[in-house]
Amino acid sequence: MPARSHFLLLAALLVSFVLDRFASQLNPYYLDICTNVGINIILAVSLNLINGFTGQFSLGHAGFMAVGAYTSASVTMFLGPHLPLGMGGPLLFLPALLAGGAMAALAGLMVGVPSLRLTGDYLAIVTLGFGEIIRVIFRNMESVGGSLGLQGIPDYTTPFWTFSFAALTIYVVSSLVNSTYGRGFIAVHDDEVAASAMGINPTKYKIIAFIVGAFFAGVAGGIYGHFKLSIDPKGFDFVKSIEIVVMVILGGMGNNVGVVLAAILLTLLPEFLRTMAGWSLPNPFGSHSVSLRWIAETRMIIYSLLIVVLMLVRPQGLFTLSLGRHRKKEGP
Amino acid sequence: MRDAPGPSASSLLRLEKCTMRFGGLMAVSELDLNLDTNELVGLIGPNGAGKTTAFNLITGVYPPTEGEVFFCGQPLRKQKPHQITARGIARTFQNIRLFSSLSVFDNVRVAFQLHQRSGFLQSLLRGPAFHRTERQVEQEVMEVLEIFRLGRFRHTLARNLPYGDQRRLEIVRALATKPKLLLLDEPAAGMNPTEKVQLMGLIQFIKEKFDISVLLVEHDMQVVMGICQRVAVLDHGIKIAQGTPEEVRRDPKVIEAYLGDKHQDKQRRA
Repeated sequence: MPARSHFLLLAALLVSFVLDRFASQLNPYYLDICTNVGINIILAVSLNLINGFTGQFSLGHAGFMAVGAYTSASVTMFLGPHLPLGMGGPLLFLPALLAGGAMAALAGLMVGVPSLRLTGDYLAIVTLGFGEIIRVIFRNMESVGGSLGLQGIPDYTTPFWTFSFAALTIYVVSSLVNSTYGRGFIAVHDDEVAASAMGINPTKYKIIAFIVGAFFAGVAGGIYGHFKLSIDPKGFDFVKSIEIVVMVILGGMGNNVGVVLAAILLTLLPEFLRTMAGWSLPNPFGSHSVSLRWIAETRMIIYSLLIVVLMLVRPQGLFTLSLGRHRKKEGP
Repeated sequence: MRDAPGPSASSLLRLEKCTMRFGGLMAVSELDLNLDTNELVGLIGPNGAGKTTAFNLITGVYPPTEGEVFFCGQPLRKQKPHQITARGIARTFQNIRLFSSLSVFDNVRVAFQLHQRSGFLQSLLRGPAFHRTERQVEQEVMEVLEIFRLGRFRHTLARNLPYGDQRRLEIVRALATKPKLLLLDEPAAGMNPTEKVQLMGLIQFIKEKFDISVLLVEHDMQVVMGICQRVAVLDHGIKIAQGTPEEVRRDPKVIEAYLGDKHQDKQRRA
């Protein structure tokens, strides 16, 4: 019996496929924004499994993204040309993404295991440090361009891959959490001592959360690299991690729908403010219309202020629809 | 009384000279305790006597500094709390520890995952086997909730339940792990006399219905004396008395621990 979630996943894949067909007719600027939205959805939802559902405050998501970006770019750039004809090219993209995800998952395991004894602020600091270490390692690796980064990554990212993986991330995280197995994540989040008294191994669940979350962050990194066509260590600093954390907090920790909407909103908002700067309003007091160019100059300040205001008004997250983890699941 | 160390055929839980030291503080000192199958034993003592520490030794929260805990004849040394639960010891907490952001239903469902659950891949693929397991778990959760008349609260978030129901839900959740031994840590705390009487009935009922042993840590003499077959009394980490409730009630050491001893006071002054 295929479940409703199967249909949703299938529908999402279909939509991304159709979107892909029409991509060439779209304004490239809008297409860019769409791809950014997709990448941010993958990042935010995967972090939601670690931060939101399992309650392990991680500030290292950009680090996992970097591992995935460098690994998959290395696969397509250095391995691609050496493969026999037909094996290289866009066909290599999926294996490259999976390789990036796998390496990031390995990094997730590496950061997950030593951090298990830590919670809260201490864990946040360790993961922050981890992200910075990753960045410094890449900056000092001459084989991947050092501080200049990698240039000339093949242009393989299409809306299909971006949105398929976004849909897959949402599917995986919500399927995991909405199962008898996956409620262990939330139990560990709520009360670790009580969870272990119920026979739940908190260690195992935390590590799984880190591995799965890091995997998708790695995939997102791969998509990002083959979309920007060049990556450098600066793009994966802790500011990037915090950007993703903001999406999760604003969306509501452990609320996938909210986090997806927050990822969309926070990606579109700066672009919208940029567009708004081009508008001009009719001036009731004079003949010259009022220019909104000042918005372009202060748009990052407006963006930050909006986040502050949103946090003050809705500290529980923007979207507390009854679709989150508090959904009243019908018993038999 | 089979509290002397040494194997006993029907012994379910046995503590042998368990000592727990926190730095210089001797929380529990050379505690011997034996619990048989289908027995209801009380562990009492004044505040700070080491009752909860004894609980934490049994459930693996702390490894004992010295001594050994045996369950079903097997030593529990170096077992993590979740492994001990898997072996069949479930517990409740003195300060209620429910999964507050989960519903009543999900609180119990989480506990069921110990015995029935789909694996990681199954949860992702969601095949027929997955749905069968989920339905089966849901059915069992409802059954056990109905037994304890919590069914109508199943959609309520655990943190929104009335206090007494939270206590009951914690017991139900512990039972959902299908234990052989249930440890109750001060279940009567914060209850009024009527609720205490109901609780005594509930504990008796659980013992019969689920055919399990119960170790009850309690502060409240009325509850302990009312239902326990045997009682052990702790004071300052040392077992000062044990026996039937009647025996313990008359034991001068117990009276002294609870009420203080006039005679001793006089002797000291003299």
